[in-house]
This record gives sequence, structure tokens and C-alpha cells, in this order.
Amino acid sequence: MAQKKIIATASLAGCFGCHMSILDIDERILDLVELVEFNKSPITDIKSFTKECDIGLVEGGCCNDENVHTLIEFRRHCTILVALGECAIMGGLPSLRNEIPLAECLREAYIDGPGMSEANPAGIVPADPDIPRILDRIYPCHEVVKIDYSLPGCPPRADLIWEALVALVTGRELILPYDSFKYD
Amino acid sequence: MSRKIVIEPLTRVEGHGKVTIHLDDQGEVVQSRLHIVEFRGFERFVQGRPYWEAPVLVQRLCGICPVSHHLAAAKAMDVIVGAGTGDGLTPTAEKMRRLMHYGQIFQSHSLHFFHLASPDLLFGYDSPPETRNVIGVIMANRELATQAVLMRKYGQEIIAATAGKKIHGTGAVPGGINKNLSIAERDVLLKGPHPMNADAMVRYAQGALDFFKDYYSKHKEFIDNFSRFPSNHLSLVRPDGALDFYDGVLRAVDADGRKILHDVECQDYLAHIREEVRSWTYMKFPYLRHLGPEKGWYRVGPLARLNTADFVPSPLAQEEFEAFRKVTGGRPNDMCMHTHWARLIETLHAAEMIRDLLRDADLQGSDLVVRGKREAEGVGIIEAPRGTLFHHYRVSPDDQIVMANLIVSTTNNNEPMNRAVNNVARALMTKAKEITEGMMNAVEVAIRAYDPCLSCATHAYGSMALAVSLCDASGNVIAQRTR
Ligand code: SF4
Repeated sequence: MAQKKIIATASLAGCFGCHMSILDIDERILDLVELVEFNKSPITDIKSFTKECDIGLVEGGCCNDENVHTLIEFRRHCTILVALGECAIMGGLPSLRNEIPLAECLREAYIDGPGMSEANPAGIVPADPDIPRILDRIYPCHEVVKIDYSLPGCPPRADLIWEALVALVTGRELILPYDSFKYD
Repeated sequence: MSRKIVIEPLTRVEGHGKVTIHLDDQGEVVQSRLHIVEFRGFERFVQGRPYWEAPVLVQRLCGICPVSHHLAAAKAMDVIVGAGTGDGLTPTAEKMRRLMHYGQIFQSHSLHFFHLASPDLLFGYDSPPETRNVIGVIMANRELATQAVLMRKYGQEIIAATAGKKIHGTGAVPGGINKNLSIAERDVLLKGPHPMNADAMVRYAQGALDFFKDYYSKHKEFIDNFSRFPSNHLSLVRPDGALDFYDGVLRAVDADGRKILHDVECQDYLAHIREEVRSWTYMKFPYLRHLGPEKGWYRVGPLARLNTADFVPSPLAQEEFEAFRKVTGGRPNDMCMHTHWARLIETLHAAEMIRDLLRDADLQGSDLVVRGKREAEGVGIIEAPRGTLFHHYRVSPDDQIVMANLIVSTTNNNEPMNRAVNNVARALMTKAKEITEGMMNAVEVAIRAYDPCLSCATHAYGSMALAVSLCDASGNVIAQRTR
């Protein structure tokens, strides 16, 4: 049998829906594990790359400095890097904050929100060396590193993810049907 | 030499977080923290959007339990459009939403138990990380894995049939629902070829419970005592005290089972709940206002629900509930790992409810939406798979959202999860010569029992790998180990 392809996945500023859509390939996941080997991924316990990977799937854009590091690391370790879903491709829902100064978002969450003046009289806003710094706006993946392929959808539907994985693993060409170009 | 241990990113939980543990010169744990490392700013950027967008927008906080956000927002918007709280909808709308929600609970609980938690049970939390995952489960126990995949699939198909799409559907609208369930759709779910039908799913859920109980009988010591500590418990209950995931009143009990929040109306939540802010995490710390942050923190989720509810309104799950309650003699159960047990009892309840609902002809009704007197403010509360979820909005006369406040399930469990980390760290790492990978995973096992959905928690804010850093007294890293 040919060498198994190695896959890594990451969720950056996404909602995990794209990862859930991977699981929605249902029974085919039983075949997938025969076809590929998973490396760094939130569904395994492998927390940093132990091997160079053939395919990296990235969900979500970058909202903090840690996302940027993770994405650069994925680019370094993956031969092919795929932006999975609207957030990775264009920023998605989190990028609604791009038009709003970050300070206003923080104020609303921690200081101005209902009941906050009572519960947080000191007006604490989280800031600590142990939590990443938030970026001024959401950066879609292609603004940070070179992206080889994009799979559209919010999330990309499971069949499309399956077709794409099979195409990448077997070196076939993937035809993206026109009706998959929507971000519903 | 003092040490700082970092577990990052946490894996097999859903979302983004990390753990730090500080050991002093004597090897005592002096501080441990679960940090939620992302921030989204949702409460602010949803302002200015038209209110009817909320149910579709907000679910993008979380692709793991999107239905819960979808429905909590829709329930708040029901109030805004004058459709009332909970009982104002048409029977078709309410039952379609309930079916959607039971589908969600069923798929999410199955996913959590099999894909995320079972590897620790099947292989042991100190087994090699390369196989300690769902792929390892597939390789080791194909039958169990196949069953898990099909249970999740069935729940997702229910969601697709009611919401239009498996992830991020659009079924619920302010004041109702936008489709009913056709006879053809119903028959597929009710009488599909084995095992993709309602009866088979009830049996699968029973099988999962048997699997757990068998494990429990062999590992009683671990399941009873791992990361156990007393707490308050909070959830919605039906006004008659029944377990209800979709609607009800807010109830909290203390560690001895005394009621400390007496069945209050959802619209009044803000009179009773506050959230503390700490500088080292983006996730806030909710507490019961009259008790204050020190004493008023509480647990939510399956364990809490079975502690607050008086009974379960479906026969098979009620029987299991009675057995579950017997273990603690009717007192609240504070055994962290029993959360898995509670989750499986709820899975069975969801399966029974799905089976019964599918036979209800109201699902084929055509009266889908109601409207009444427009209100300026609405609260929607629901029991998401991981616990109580609060959505609260104010809407201007020109239909724009002007205020949004969300307290997600995982945020409600912030304090308990931090305590769980502290417990395990103290028990396993104090004076330990070497910090092993297994010890670090044990910390995650404790967190995983809460099934934290850190994506949700990030809404306002959002995987966890493992790295240990040894630091000297002045905090300089002198050695590092990753896995
Ligand atoms: S593209 Fe959609 S499903 Fe994927 S992470 Fe973003 S919001 Fe979630």
C-alpha cells in the first residue's frame, strides 16, 4: 500500500463548525483513517507537529497573535495548505468587528454590558502575558501566508470536504460545483 | 526551583484555551488557571444589525452547538415580536424547535462521549497520545466507533430536517419556524433502514449507557473520586420540576440540595446573575448575585441538570435517573466524572423525546409564525448540551439591535473548570519529581468532563497542545517539553 498521506488541522478564529463538517462525512471517516494519518489536530492529542504533513486544513482567520503563529507554523510544516470555510477565506462572521475599534468591543464586553458596573467596579479588562494579544482586526489566512486552495461554504458541506480530501490524497483534479460558492 | 507548567492548546475539547500551573520551590502548586485565549467582540459588533438576523448570525459563535444559539436568540426575538415567552408559539413551531433541539442534544452528547471522552476511558488517560483519540477508537473498537458515528449522524439529520442544514441552519425565525416536517421527512427519521431510525437510536443510547455502567463497575474508585468537589448547580427546569432542555424557569440548588434560586422567570435573570472579570482570561466568571462571587458560583450542564430536576419526563431515562440519584441518596451529585453518566442519561431522554415527537401530527401543521405587540427587550434562555445559555437583546424602534448580552454554557462553568484544574494539579503534581504527559492529560480529562465549548466561550472571546516549561524563580524558562 502506498504511504498514507499525513493531515493536520487547526481552528483559528473560527467556530469549529468547519471541523464539525469534517465529522459530518459520517461513515466515510472510517475509510478516511485508512487513507490518511492525522498529525497535529484538535481531534487528536498531538499538540505540536511531530512530522512534516502533506495537507493542512485551516479553519478561521487570525484574530490574535497566537493565530498568526499557528498559521505560520502550519505553512512551514504542510506541503499543501487549504483555507477551509468562509472565516479562513474572508474572515467570516468575526470580521464584523473590523469596522469597530477594538477598545469599543472590549468595553462592551467587560465594562458597559448589563450588570458589569456592579460586578466589575474596577473596570478590569483582561490583559496578561498568558493570554494572546488581540489584533486590530481579523486577517483572513491569505493575508498572512500563501494559501494553496480554498474550500467555500460556512461551513463547506461535508461532501465537498470529502471530495476535496480524496482529490488531494489521490492527486485528482477537484471540480468545485458552482452551487458550492455560497456562504450561507 | 519553581516551575510553570503550560498545557496548550487543550485538545479534544471544542475550542481554544490553555492551562498554566505554577509550582513553587517546594513543589507545591501555588496557582493554576484555565485561560480562554480568544476574544471575538460579539456583543459590540452585533449592534446595528436588524434583530431578525440574530438567530442566523449568532450561531456562528459555535459550530458545535449552533442550534442552541440559534434557538436562544430566536426565543429572545419571540419576546421582541410579541410572541411571548415559551408558550406563545403555535404547536407546530414549538414542536419543530424542540425536535431540532433534541436532535442537537443527541448529536452533541454522542460526539462528546465517543469522539472526545471515550479515548481516555478506553485507553486510560496516561496511554500514548498518538492513539488516544477517536482514530484510535476506530482502530481498536470499530463497532463502538461505527455506532458513535451513526448516532451523531442521526442527530445531524434531525437538525437538517428541521433547520434546513446540519450546521448553521435557518429554521427558527422570530415568532416561530420557517418550515414544518413533511411526511416524507418524518418517515425517513422514524422508520429509516436499520439503524437510522428513532427506535434503533433509543437502543443505541441504552447501549452507550450500558457501556458506561460496565466501565464504572470496573473503575469505581476513579469515576467517583477523580476531581470531585462540592458546588452549587443551576439549570432551567419545567415549572413542575421536570428536566427540560428547551424552556422553563431558572433553578439553583446548593451542595446539600437546598434551593438557592427559586424557579425564577427567564426574563428576570439579570436580577440574579452577575459576571466577574479576571485579568488573565477573556472568559468571565458568573455567580448568583445574592451570594456574591465567592459563594455564588455554580455548575451547569448534564450533572447540574440532573441535580436540579425532580424527574425526567420519559420512562426509560426516568428509570436511569432514579438509579443515578440513588448513588448519592438523593443529594446533589458532585462527582465530576459522573457528568459522563448524566450526559448519557440525557442522550437516552433525547432519543425517547425524538421518537415520541416524530409521531406527533402537529409537526405537519401549517401555522408557523405568530406576531403580537412589539417589545423593546427580550431574553432567551435554553439548556444547551453543555448547560444553561443566556441571550439578552435590546432592539431600537427602527429594528436595530442596540444591546446584546450572552452568557454561554461554558462561561457558566468557568469557576468549576478552574477548580477542577486546581484539584487535579494538586493531587498529581505536588512534589512530583517529573511531570509526565499522563499527568498533563489528567488535567485535561478533568476539563473535558465539562465538555467545554471554548468556541462559544470565545464569542465575546473562543485548541488546546501540551507544552511544559520549567522556569527558575525569576520566571526564566530553563527547560521545555512538548508533545
Ligand atoms: S466558516 Fe462558518 S462554519 Fe467555518 S468556522 Fe467560520 S463560521 Fe464556523
